Amino acid sequence: MNAAQRLLAAATLAWLAAPALAQPSGEDLYRTYCAQCHGLQGNGKGINVRDMSVQPRDHTDSKYMAGRTDEELRTAIVEGGQALSKSVLMPPWGSVLEPQEVDALVAYLRKLCDCQHGRP
Amino acid sequence: MKRHIVGLIVGFLAVAPSWAASGEAILQERCVQCHDLTGPAPTTLEGLWARKGPDLFYAGVKYKPEWMERWLQNPTRIRPAGMFYGNHVRTGPDGQDVIDTASLVEHPRLSAAEAKAVTRALMAKKDAPAPVEKGAYQPGRISLRMGELMFDKFKGCLACHQIEPDYGGLSGPEVYTVTERLQEDFLVAYLRDPHAFDPKIFMPNKKLKDRDIQKFIHYFRALAKEVKP
Repeated sequence: MNAAQRLLAAATLAWLAAPALAQPSGEDLYRTYCAQCHGLQGNGKGINVRDMSVQPRDHTDSKYMAGRTDEELRTAIVEGGQALSKSVLMPPWGSVLEPQEVDALVAYLRKLCDCQHGRP
Repeated sequence: MKRHIVGLIVGFLAVAPSWAASGEAILQERCVQCHDLTGPAPTTLEGLWARKGPDLFYAGVKYKPEWMERWLQNPTRIRPAGMFYGNHVRTGPDGQDVIDTASLVEHPRLSAAEAKAVTRALMAKKDAPAPVEKGAYQPGRISLRMGELMFDKFKGCLACHQIEPDYGGLSGPEVYTVTERLQEDFLVAYLRDPHAFDPKIFMPNKKLKDRDIQKFIHYFRALAKEVKP
């Protein structure tokens, strides 16, 4: 591959990556859709919690969060709590989030709990 | 004398359209800073966060004119945490998020004449992003108890909406006044698919069945009669 071809390949890659770069961050998505209940800090203490019959999950609880697979987190976000026999108060966000936005949120949840599945 | 009368009539006709347009003039001068009068609704998170008041470009199919005229003269807060709660919330020392009330802005108060003119201008705005079918809502009844069960236990809406002053969630608009404020046919369309009207709004689409949407609106109407703020 000569220099011109390398440049073209790099430009093509940059062009392909552009939409991904324009996508909102997991933190911004969390602040918009999740923080109303799970709190700005992700600790489950959002402004909506006072009158809830079931308290929202504390996403900084690394022990609990390490017990959940990324796929379970994805299902909870897209289909809501009931899809995992959890609370109806956790709604389905599949209609407003793109699949890559759901991935960004899962990655942000892993950052909040500072954990991975099986590794608190 | 005749000439004077003709002159008066011509003069009146020349002024009449500007009377009719004065509501639009007020909208353009004093409302456009916080309300979108032309659309489309925000398609990015930044656009959503920057919105200071509800979109008004389809106000004519959304709001009830009698409520609008009254409210503009005596505005009250409908969304306890503002238009986008993220701009009005802070975390307290105990880790609990609270509304930063000092950051909330009061809506300006209009005179009776201004409110009438603005309402008339708003009712002419019908460019809704999704169809609002006339007659979609069929009046009916549901007990308050059953309605609350649906709203809270079955569908979880209470998480974000208040069903009476100081009871319920704070990030969404209060629902105990919703049928005083909004046209029922609009509610049918919005509850069916909130994102068809507002693509990034932080209200989930619960994929409600049409039958349940009707029941919810019966409940809101019963609630409005029961709860007087």
